Order: sequence, then C-alpha cells, then structure tokens
Amino acid sequence: MFKGDFIQNLPKIYGTYTGGFIVFIILMALAEQAGVSAKNIGVMFVAFTVLIYALIGYLSRTIQVDAYYVAGRQVPTVFNGMATAADWMSGASFVALAGGVYFGGYTYMAFLVGWTGGYVLVATLMAPYLRKFGCYTVPDFIGTRYGGNAVRAASVFVLFIASFTYVTAQINATGTIASRALGIPFEAGVWVGLISILICSMLGGMRAVTWTQVAQYIVLIIAYLIPVFWISSNVGGGIFPHLMLGDEVARLGELEQQFGLVKNSAADMKAAGVPGGLKYISGTHSGVPEGGMAVWKYLSLAICMMVGTASLPHILMRYFTTPTVRAARKSVAWSLFFIFLLYSSAPMLATLSKLALMDPNLPTGIIGKSISEVQSIEWVQRWSEVKQVFIADFNGDGILQLNEWFMRGDVVVLATPEVAGLPFVISGLVFAGGMAAAMSTADGLVLAISNALSHDIYYKIINPKAETAKRLLVARTLLVIIGAAGAYIASFRLTSILGSVAWAFDFAMSGLFFPLVLGVWWKRATREGAIAGILSGIISGTVYLTWVFPKFSVPIWGGVNTPFLGIDHLRFGLIGAPICLVVMVVVSLMTKEPSPATQKLVDDTRIPTGKAILGKQH
Amino acid sequence: MSNKDAYWNKTKNHMIVTLVLWAFFSLVIFMFGSELNTMSFLGYPLAYYMTAQGSLLAFVIILFWTANKQEKIDEEHGFSEREDD
Repeated sequence: MFKGDFIQNLPKIYGTYTGGFIVFIILMALAEQAGVSAKNIGVMFVAFTVLIYALIGYLSRTIQVDAYYVAGRQVPTVFNGMATAADWMSGASFVALAGGVYFGGYTYMAFLVGWTGGYVLVATLMAPYLRKFGCYTVPDFIGTRYGGNAVRAASVFVLFIASFTYVTAQINATGTIASRALGIPFEAGVWVGLISILICSMLGGMRAVTWTQVAQYIVLIIAYLIPVFWISSNVGGGIFPHLMLGDEVARLGELEQQFGLVKNSAADMKAAGVPGGLKYISGTHSGVPEGGMAVWKYLSLAICMMVGTASLPHILMRYFTTPTVRAARKSVAWSLFFIFLLYSSAPMLATLSKLALMDPNLPTGIIGKSISEVQSIEWVQRWSEVKQVFIADFNGDGILQLNEWFMRGDVVVLATPEVAGLPFVISGLVFAGGMAAAMSTADGLVLAISNALSHDIYYKIINPKAETAKRLLVARTLLVIIGAAGAYIASFRLTSILGSVAWAFDFAMSGLFFPLVLGVWWKRATREGAIAGILSGIISGTVYLTWVFPKFSVPIWGGVNTPFLGIDHLRFGLIGAPICLVVMVVVSLMTKEPSPATQKLVDDTRIPTGKAILGKQH
Repeated sequence: MSNKDAYWNKTKNHMIVTLVLWAFFSLVIFMFGSELNTMSFLGYPLAYYMTAQGSLLAFVIILFWTANKQEKIDEEHGFSEREDD
C-alpha cells in the first residue's frame, strides 16, 4: 500500500488516519443509538485517541541524536505547520478561549490578536535564521552566537522558568479533562495525563512528538469545528457562522440592553456562596470600552502576547525541524493558517453559546426565566453538581437575571453541544479534542525543557565527551523527571489556567526576545551584553510580578500595590523586556566588539544557502 | 557593495515593510477601536470583526506574502536553496 519512504507517504498516512478517525466517530454515534452510556463513549474517545498517539510515539523511537533533537530535519512544510499548531494550541486555547471571549468580549480578544500576530515576528525576525544556524535548542543558538557557558546557562534558566510555568498549566488541563472524561479524581487524572504525555515523547524525542502532534492537530481541529458548525445551524446562526453571525452579534447587543449589564459586589457574591473561578457576564460582547486606559490595556496585552510568542522556545524549536530555511519560513505561514482555523472559530462559538442562553425566543434560553424552571433543566443540574455553574438570586424575585447566572469559562466549550441539543457523541469528541490539545502542548514543552538541560547543560557544559547512547539516556531521564515535577506542582493550582499561561509569555519575552533578535540583527551585540540583558530582564520582570500580583505582594512587599501604568501581572513582560534591551545595548557598547569569527558567523546566519553553523550532529 | 550586503539590505527593508503591516493590523487599528466600531463589515461592528477574525486573517496573508517575497529576494541574489535540499 505504501511505496517509498515514510516522508513521501505522509499525505496518504495521515489521510488514512483522518478517515479512520471519522469512521470511529460514526461508530461511536451508532453505539450511542444502540444505548451505550454517555460515560462509556467519553472513555472510549479518550482511550482510543491516546492509544493511537502512544502507537505513533512507539513507532517513532530513535537512537540518533539529530532525530531525537530535531526530527532529523526532514519534516515537510505543511506537516510542520500542523505540528506547530498543535504544539501551540494548548488545553487553554481549546477549552478556555471561547469562554474567555464569552465573558470578556472585545477586551479579552486582545489575546486572539496577540497569539496570532506573534507569528509575524517569528517569521521575519527569528525562524529562518535559527534554522540556518542549525542549532538543536534555543539556548544552543544563544550559547554559540555569543560564546561561552555563562550565557548558555542564563538562557537555559529563562527557558526553564517560562516553559515550566506553562507546562504545569498544561498538565493541569490534561488532568482536568482526563478526570472528567474517565470519571476519575483530578489527582489520578493528572498522572494518567502525564503517562500519556511521556509515552508520546520518551522513545522518539522530537521525531515522535512531531508525528503525534500532527495526529493530535487533526483530532483537535475536527473536535472544535464540527460542534461550531452544527450548533450554528441548530440555533439558527446559519451554516457558515464565521461570515453569518452579524445579526446575532447585534441581537446580543440588544439583549444586553434589555437585561442590563450589572456588576455584582464582591460582598454579595461571597454572601451567596458563589464557588471560586465562576464568572458572570458584566461587559459588552462587541462594544469597545471607552477611554485611553482601555485602549492601552488592549494594546499592552496584545504586545506582551505577540512578543512572548516570538520568544517561546517550544515554538521556535519546531522550525529547526524543516529541511530548508525556505521551508522554515513557509512553515510559519502554514502554522498560523492552521491556528487561524480554530482561533477564528472561538468567538463564533462564544457568540452562539451566549445567544443560546440569553435569547428568550430560543428554546435553550434561560436568562429571564424562573429560577425553579432553570434548575430543573438536566444539563444545569449536572454542571451544578460539579460546581461548574451556579445560580444566586440576588434580588429575590425568583427570575434569573444576567448577573445571577455564574459559570466556569470551560463550560462554554464543554457544555454548549449539550445545551444546543447535539448528541453526546459530540461531547465525547470534544473531550478527545481537549485532551489532544493539552497533551500536544505539554509534550512540546517537556521536550523543550529536557532537551535544553540534556544538550546545553549536560552535554555542552558538564560532559562534552559523552557518547550518543549516554546523551540520549540523560535526555530521556530528564524528560521523565521534568514531567513528574510538572504533574506534582500542577496539583497546587496557583492561578487560573490563563493566568499562568500568560506568565510564560512574559517570562520568555523578558529574558529571551532581545538576545535572540539582536543575535541575528545586530552584529555589535556582545557576550557580556547578552548575559547582562538576559539576567536583568528576567530578574526585573520577576520582581515586578511579585510586586504587582496580590498573592505574592502581600507576603513579600507587605501589601497590595496599584499596577504601574496599568501593567498588571498579565503584562509584566513590558517591564522585563525593555530593561533587557537597554541593558543589553548599553553593556554591548561598553564592551569590546565581537571577534571577526563571530561576525562572520552572524553573516553566514543571515544567508539561506551554504553550510549550517553547527554540524548535522553536534 | 558586495552581493551579500545588497542581499541583507533588501532583506532588512523587506523586514521593515512586513513589520509595518504587522503593526498596522495588530496595534494601529485597535487604537481607534471605538471609532471603527461605528462602521460595519459583513454585519459585524468593524473593530469587533477585526479582533475576532479580520486581523488574524491579515496575519496569515502577510505571512504567505512575506515568505514568497523573501524567496524572490533569495533568487535575485543567488541565495536560493535547491528544491531537494
């Protein structure tokens, strides 16, 4: 059936795989008709997909260094795009993004612009040059360009902080989804998630992660888009919601007027016993908040997310795997295309979901109905039991007002199919998609951390004479340790999923953005400048975070501080990155110009043809 | 000026053009969010449309355009990689 080598057969292989997955969905739909319980369908969806990823991970096992670190640099453009999209779209993107738009409206959507616009920076400033360089990891570039162990170790330090912050959130999401789909406690879910993640990455490193991520992308995009289109046609939004929801958005504006956007006081919510993490609608869906500060809040969040995107090692390292520099550039474009398919659908899902709940003319509408009636709805009961939705009758009139309905953001994705009357097979599919999204990102992150530790710290600094077998053994051991540490910490939920995900971007931009950009674009940047920049950026950013985030500032600084210029804990990269830039430029100019050899190295990095700076195996 | 310098100058200018387009769709238009929202596109308020979909689409188009343009610059200066590389 498959002639020629694996790479040439990729379209056939993944085509067959996609067909097989669709057949599986149909089988599950038939099983539901035949009376298989909703719970068992959820279990089968998650188990079946995770088994496939594990099989791919096993088949991609390798004992070669370049296959382990950069998938042998033979991943074709479009497939690398899919793998990057899966690497990128985390459990948070999949499960919480639509919920964020649902509650935050226009202001929240700065995240959408930030998480996509950053790829323009990746493509123009970084990816092609890092690919030409031929590095295995991001610190490998910084260590070779600036020269020396100190700068290499400093960049590993930033990579570790940024990626580890992110990975705990991902393992947390994997655990949440596994526990809901399999009906096991959260703590057990975290470990099930961890084992699934490790099976995919341990034997084959980057090669295994690449091919499982492609498979995970296919599952997650099918799982996100089918419900969006189906719900849209069920609630009268038209078959192609992306182009046809203008009237629905306008209708939401009317309904907001009719019901009124009321802010609850913290005391009222506490008295009513609203569970933590649940939100209510208090802002407009499509309206732009007035005032200069609102504009600044939007722009500053978008800037942090964009610059952070271009500094995150687990994303940059995906572009080390393409065959050519040219393929690396095109691959960034494909990545964003695949990301766009999901991100442009999230606001549509939020609109449909909001309308389904708010519009009294729809059978699904609950706002404005009597509370006893709403409480008897099956899905409301089910989600109330697990404290994901909550009703507080503040004015005591027995009618559900907009500000009296509380819900966790995740519910928008997880429960809307049910609310809109879709069969349970779709909810099972959504679980599989969420699991794929969280696993693929966790895989990429755990690998980024353990590769940096094994290649840059162990091989380059501690034991440069280590043999291949020993290097790979160290790499795999570290992978397990990092994963286990992430899972252990995931159980201490520091902040909501999105809070800590945003932090990863701020950490990365504080310490890595300018050292990477200037490494390619400014020959005069020196080693001393880079070390000073990395350390001052990450330290100032972190100190500011402790100062501005109440949970840290109360014990450390003895009180709650007002954010400086509106730069709150989601935006602390705006402190770290500029300090990094200034310090790096000043120190570079004060120290001796880089050697001619280093300048030649930068010249070679800038040109697509010719030998890579670092050898194929290094 | 050597061929390499000429190539790098063109690449730099191309980078700047790309980043200007990027800044326009990611930052400039959202400085005027409330003004834009009085206009409409496909029935959506314009600023809402741009943040939900329009700017995202613009980034995808910019990326394909910029990659193609850079390939042309590569070719002009003889730095194009072989297809089978």
